[in-house]
Amino acid sequence: MNTRTLALAAICLLFAALPSFMSSYWTDVLNNIGLYVVLALSLNLILGHAGLFHMGHAAFYAVGAYTTAILNTQFGMPVLYSMPLAGLLAGFFAMVVARPIIHLRGDYLLIVTIGIVEIVRIALVNDVFGLTGGANGIFGISRPTVFGFRLRKPEHFFYLIWGFATVTIFLMHRLENSRFGRALNYIKEDDVAAEGSGIDTAYYKLVAFVLGAFWAGMTGTLFAAKMTIISPESFSFWESVVLFTIVILGGMGSIRGVLVGAFLIIGLPELFRDLAMWRMLVFGAAMVLMMIFRTQGLIPPPPRKYDVVAYLKEAVGGAR
Amino acid sequence: MEEFFQQLTNGLAVGGIYALIALGYTMVYGVLKLINFAHGDLFTIGAFLGLTLLTTLGLSDHLGALAGVIALALMVMILVGLIGFLLERTAYRPLRTSPRLSAVVSALGASIFFQNAVMLIWGARPLVYPHSILPRTAVSLFGMEVPVVRIIMFATSVVLMLGLYYLTHKTKTGTAIRAAAIDQDAAKLMGIDVNRVIALVFCIGPALGGAAGVMVGLYYGQISFTMGWLYGLKAFTAAILGGIGNIPGAMLGGLLLGVIEALGAAYISIAWKDAISFLVLILILIVRPTGLLGERVANKV
Repeated sequence: MNTRTLALAAICLLFAALPSFMSSYWTDVLNNIGLYVVLALSLNLILGHAGLFHMGHAAFYAVGAYTTAILNTQFGMPVLYSMPLAGLLAGFFAMVVARPIIHLRGDYLLIVTIGIVEIVRIALVNDVFGLTGGANGIFGISRPTVFGFRLRKPEHFFYLIWGFATVTIFLMHRLENSRFGRALNYIKEDDVAAEGSGIDTAYYKLVAFVLGAFWAGMTGTLFAAKMTIISPESFSFWESVVLFTIVILGGMGSIRGVLVGAFLIIGLPELFRDLAMWRMLVFGAAMVLMMIFRTQGLIPPPPRKYDVVAYLKEAVGGAR
Repeated sequence: MEEFFQQLTNGLAVGGIYALIALGYTMVYGVLKLINFAHGDLFTIGAFLGLTLLTTLGLSDHLGALAGVIALALMVMILVGLIGFLLERTAYRPLRTSPRLSAVVSALGASIFFQNAVMLIWGARPLVYPHSILPRTAVSLFGMEVPVVRIIMFATSVVLMLGLYYLTHKTKTGTAIRAAAIDQDAAKLMGIDVNRVIALVFCIGPALGGAAGVMVGLYYGQISFTMGWLYGLKAFTAAILGGIGNIPGAMLGGLLLGVIEALGAAYISIAWKDAISFLVLILILIVRPTGLLGERVANKV
């Protein structure tokens, strides 16, 4: 074990000990940050790696959360059991809606995804299929149990949420360096060239989109479990904007950047609660200034050195 | 039939508003290839500025209803045009050569900034326009009763749109705008000051949006600091429907969307009214991304 691994392990241990000397309020803030870390990482796969301007991520988050809420309150399914189903349903929904639009150019895709998240929100408010409870949402979602232990307090959720976040970070890291991840990056750099060298760009984009949505759907389960009440308000377009901003300000395609972004954007405003009136104003201005002075985000991903020939051989050989 | 005609006139009145806002999107997109997300909030600012001017200056008392409203609209147009000009200078011009996404994020930031500025200045609660300014009577048209307000709304939008059409197609400035929209570099070589053209576009678009804000205030009575978002998105839908970057297209798209929405609300469901607009948006982008009148590059890659 080298010193870097040791330092990382020490930081992780310290972080895991945080709830024991923090108030419940701040632990809850950390839990929120954890949820946003996972969500932003799942969006990062679509926006940061595949370069798809997707501003409707809240829609898939909503599908996941509502799946859990409905399965739990209507059919009595334990909350955590519904997690894979929530992910699958969100992923399936993403596949259906993304299929016809995935080829659209940058900001056209952006505007369509905004349309999708709004339609989902309106559908939830209108109590579609009589399952979503309309504008009031669904309440009375039961607390999750892990090995017979009932999670009630923020301290309990801390380990569930950050455990999931750790798994997500690890998987995203592996994915980034996989052939799939590199193909996505190549598509982001130049999708005409990628298509030309035999990469099925539409297929890869769609897979990235569905995978990101799947992950957001599973996070929806955690959100429903933590809140026990969900309503359409939690999944508005602004939720998507916040996620989008985390990825962009942190650094597109950079896991560390997304982590920092989530802490800054979700955590920092909590420090200035008294100035709540002003914080969104400052937030907006900061977005503009950030783009002018640091376009790449706070922590841009390290430049990748490709052996282009070897890469192309691999990509062409492995393309479907 | 009566119902249909009523909804049609309502749709045309509201569609005129969409068209006016859509013009701002389409002009900016035409020249800069940028979705100006803050445009909807400039529209909101127009509505709020209008209310403040109306109540503090008492325009309609001094000048009478019609002249008062016209003076009000002109003042708001100038002020909002100025804000648009400043917006371009601070948030967009430094990003002219950056990746497209940076400008999009900057536009979102500006939108959040404006929306919260309106909330801090005028408060978070919806405000109400005095409802006695425009006549609340109805005239009969083809044997149907049509509220005068709708006719005034529709007529105002048409006058403003014709004015813009004249400006862009019959004057030298308009030729410069159209040239810059086709190819900025070539326009520069022809001696056109592209920076000035862009600044001008950022004055005219917001000015029309501001006028639309006043019209919404006068038509519906109630305004709120968040309304720019929904109107903005619908106006953008209208711009795409007509073919983005195309000025007559935005006018057609706006009126069409207004009518589709009004009929949809009447015959399908009022609760799904907004969803219908977004569905139109998605369908148009899938089926015909260049819009109805758009003939410029179908860049679908």
